[in-house]
Amino acid sequence: MPKDGGIGASSKRREDVRFLTGNGNYTDDMNMRGQAYVHFLRSDIAHGTINSVDTSAAAGMPGVVQIFTATDFEGVGGMPCGWQVTDKHGEAMQEPGHPVLATGKVRHVGEPIAAVVAESVEQARDAAEAINVDISELPAVVNMKDAVKEGAPKVHDDLTSNLCYDWGFVEENKGAVDQAFVDAAHVTTLELVNNRLVANPMEPRVAIGDYNRSDGEHTLYTTSQNPHVIRLLMGAFVLGIPEHKLRVVAPDVGGGFGTKIFHYQEEAFCTFAAKACNRPVKWTSTRSEAFISDAHGRDHVTKIELALDAAHNFTAIRTDTYANMGAYLSTFAPSVPTWLHGTLMAGNYKTPLIYVNVKAVFTNTVPVDAYRGAGRPEATFQLERLVDKAAHELGVDPIALRRQNFITEFPYATPVAVEYDTGDYVATMDRLEEMADAAGFKARRAASEANGKLRGLGVNCYIEACGIAPSNLVGQLGARAGLYESATVRVNATGGLVVMTGSHSHGQGHETSFAQVVAEMIGIDENMVEIVHGDTARTPMGMGTYGSRSIAVGGSAMVRATEKIIAKAKKIASHLLEASEGDIELKDGAFSVAGTDKSVAWGDVTLAAYVPHNYPLEDIEPGLEETAFYDPSNFTYPSGAYACEVELDPETGQVTIERFSAADDFGNIINPMIVSGQVHGGLAQGIGQALLENCAYDADGQLQSASYMDYAMPRASDLPFYDVDHSCQTPCTHNPLGVKGCGEAGAIGSPPAVVNAVLDAMRSGGKDVGHIDMPVTPSRVWAAMNG
Amino acid sequence: MYNFDVEQPSTLADAVQALSRDEAQPLSGGQTLIPTLKARLAAPSVLVSLGGIADMQGVSVDGEGRLCIGGGTTHATVAAEAAAHYPALAGLAARIGDPAVRNRGTIGGSVANNDPSACYPAGVLGSGAVIVTNAREIAADDYFQGMFDTALEEGEIVTEVKFPIPSAAHYEKMLQPASRFPLVAAFVAKTAAGVRVAITGASNNGVFRWREAEAALSANFSADAVAGLSVDGSDMISDLHGTGAYRANLVGVMTKRAVAAMG
Repeated sequence: MPKDGGIGASSKRREDVRFLTGNGNYTDDMNMRGQAYVHFLRSDIAHGTINSVDTSAAAGMPGVVQIFTATDFEGVGGMPCGWQVTDKHGEAMQEPGHPVLATGKVRHVGEPIAAVVAESVEQARDAAEAINVDISELPAVVNMKDAVKEGAPKVHDDLTSNLCYDWGFVEENKGAVDQAFVDAAHVTTLELVNNRLVANPMEPRVAIGDYNRSDGEHTLYTTSQNPHVIRLLMGAFVLGIPEHKLRVVAPDVGGGFGTKIFHYQEEAFCTFAAKACNRPVKWTSTRSEAFISDAHGRDHVTKIELALDAAHNFTAIRTDTYANMGAYLSTFAPSVPTWLHGTLMAGNYKTPLIYVNVKAVFTNTVPVDAYRGAGRPEATFQLERLVDKAAHELGVDPIALRRQNFITEFPYATPVAVEYDTGDYVATMDRLEEMADAAGFKARRAASEANGKLRGLGVNCYIEACGIAPSNLVGQLGARAGLYESATVRVNATGGLVVMTGSHSHGQGHETSFAQVVAEMIGIDENMVEIVHGDTARTPMGMGTYGSRSIAVGGSAMVRATEKIIAKAKKIASHLLEASEGDIELKDGAFSVAGTDKSVAWGDVTLAAYVPHNYPLEDIEPGLEETAFYDPSNFTYPSGAYACEVELDPETGQVTIERFSAADDFGNIINPMIVSGQVHGGLAQGIGQALLENCAYDADGQLQSASYMDYAMPRASDLPFYDVDHSCQTPCTHNPLGVKGCGEAGAIGSPPAVVNAVLDAMRSGGKDVGHIDMPVTPSRVWAAMNG
Repeated sequence: MYNFDVEQPSTLADAVQALSRDEAQPLSGGQTLIPTLKARLAAPSVLVSLGGIADMQGVSVDGEGRLCIGGGTTHATVAAEAAAHYPALAGLAARIGDPAVRNRGTIGGSVANNDPSACYPAGVLGSGAVIVTNAREIAADDYFQGMFDTALEEGEIVTEVKFPIPSAAHYEKMLQPASRFPLVAAFVAKTAAGVRVAITGASNNGVFRWREAEAALSANFSADAVAGLSVDGSDMISDLHGTGAYRANLVGVMTKRAVAAMG
């Protein structure tokens, strides 16, 4: 029987009522009295020396309030990087300055050079066109391997080269790994590109700076996944505003996918300019600006090798990756190809020896940072493509080769420094094989072939690390922040609750699923629980939402705070019931004395807490409000197995996805409908990466796919009806809900299944090309088929 | 966008007059022009809207049995009203862009713009239609003169397109995955004067007739007749979405499929 409320119920998303009726409150919906508008003059040159920025003509244009250039930001800090990676020699990464407005040089198309604040957006644009910028163009560095060659033009003149770091993991294992390749019975080698992506949330970024002269308080309204992080970074490192004078509000946010984690120049600018101009300053990104100013994702070039013994056991994995950082270090960029990528390289397999090398490279392109999955999709793609390639080279069944090498005993310590607490990869693969009807594939292939088409079946597994992360561990790894989460549970006198969470919902449905957890714990209707998030003035210091961490870390904080509430409420109840505290039980919203019919309702206890006439004031304080901070002891490790079936038109190269099955193990599940929705969205993004999305630069550093005319987003008609299952559940052992997180799985697990399926279809047509790079466009497939 | 004046004439004569103003530009459905203005890539002083001219609206059949479509007629209207007379053309209109585009974009605007990847130029050239302007009638073979280039003079307005209805026709399109314009599309028509094959999306010179295929199909109207033919990829558009060689391949495949679809 499906539950109709609490944990495990598919409660309808309460927030959707306002989203679907046009009553959401997004940042661009907010307008301050007297606000001015900013337009950023952005570089259309990828690399050049700024000789002069002449604003004299523009300053006199109609409606202009003030024009800002780099000189206005002298003495202001640069954009900080939140993670310092140490290279394989023990040296800190090269960390260039990142000014709010371009200083001395422009380093990518889209970098802001000047900002015009005016009475209207159009007036600001008009004036920006009248700014005379003199730039001496320099050769652009775009290709990563060229960028690290001797004598390559330097993106940052004050650095020794374009190499940010050369990271080896685990460096001590390198010799043993190399020896394993010497001793191997078979070695499979694969070179591939993990294509650069533009996140493209439906809502472009927006920032409004507001300054109150009467109390000296700054407020920034912004499209962020983590308002406290923005407050800390911008206040402490950029503008020097103490946190008690800075409020950051991230109201309804229309999708983030990682790209709204980071602190951007536009946020610092609006906050700074609001004080300088003494009026609110608003910026709304156009879609065109988003393409050249939102942090991009992925962009790895990798060589990976697998060593196997004669019995086809994996003996070692060795990888060599170039990771694009773009022109500057975005907030968490250095962590993505290292700690979020190298630590996942064991995948679902008991490979004893692994060595990962990553060279992070500066180029004259938009900064690259975390995008749904962040490092884990890159690890999964290369590993699962590699295992598939090995199976075909050895002439064995790809599923059987995977099963043979699965990790089957938990906890399992990988050779890449993480310990998987639970998982059952056999179970998810068993489930997948049922869902995908592998037995019926032959008949479906025959039907496609009768139609002049080829049909392919691709499978892969994945493991990811979510619930980032133990603060002491990430501190050792270079994080300049803690990664706990917080919650304050405030019970009102009449029994309703408000949970103020440090997690942030930008599409995930927290307002529904978080309320389900608290309602279940107390035994009350979930409509008695309200979730508040996204405002540093209303919520405790929290680290925000990314890395599928909200229910695992934020949910755990909420559970801990609610446990404190229940413990105190039991004390009150024991007083009211004149019973021993140890005999008090909470069930279905009432406190009772074990073994008796004496009970007191939840609402009577909460009322007593605030009207303490009959109350143990000598023992406990009035009121019922508790805060908890939760710092996880480990990551969580969701896993799964995916299957994709494609049809390929050999004449045009067109690939269509005919079936897609996903068997995931997310541990315990709060709201199955929301989980399915998260998987659906992740699959759309993964399939988008695999088949459609291509963020391409030309050799001069111009973005070729700079609009929806050329950047192909997945549409509903590009996607199949998914078959999604999360009945395999091995609960997380170290958080109170036993949850693992589900937000990124679809994007992590799907690209290799798609590409494996395309290659299978091509092989059935007599063409074995070994590998094809994403996006697998019709043009590329046709070229491969006819190459 | 920059500021501009708007004129909304209700007669063709008033429109022609308005277009004589300096830096005046006609506005039909605006599906290309409005995004261009929003990106500040054009700065006309006055936009002359053709949408209010009643004489440029609608679908009818003339005394010679030709399907006549007013220049200001939207794709959605053509899709609905031409279906009974010329299903291949109605089908082409029904698959241009998305519903918003089809309810604003017009045949006159598309033909006047002559985007090398637009659908209508293939239908017009493939049908051997006549483009009617405020000044004259121009045969399709003389009208399309290269990428974004037509026989139209400055200020000349496409008021109507007259389509002789072929005995059979089909439009076969491969979509560019991002824009969903044709990556390559072929319009094949069996006309009284022989088979016509018009290709859009492929050439650097815009829509063109594939004469070799026309000759082969006029002799033997079957998919096999074009199977051995090929076009030169060196003159084809080469971009993120496909090389010239790929587009050249699609020219053959789309043509063959159009023929096959016509039975």
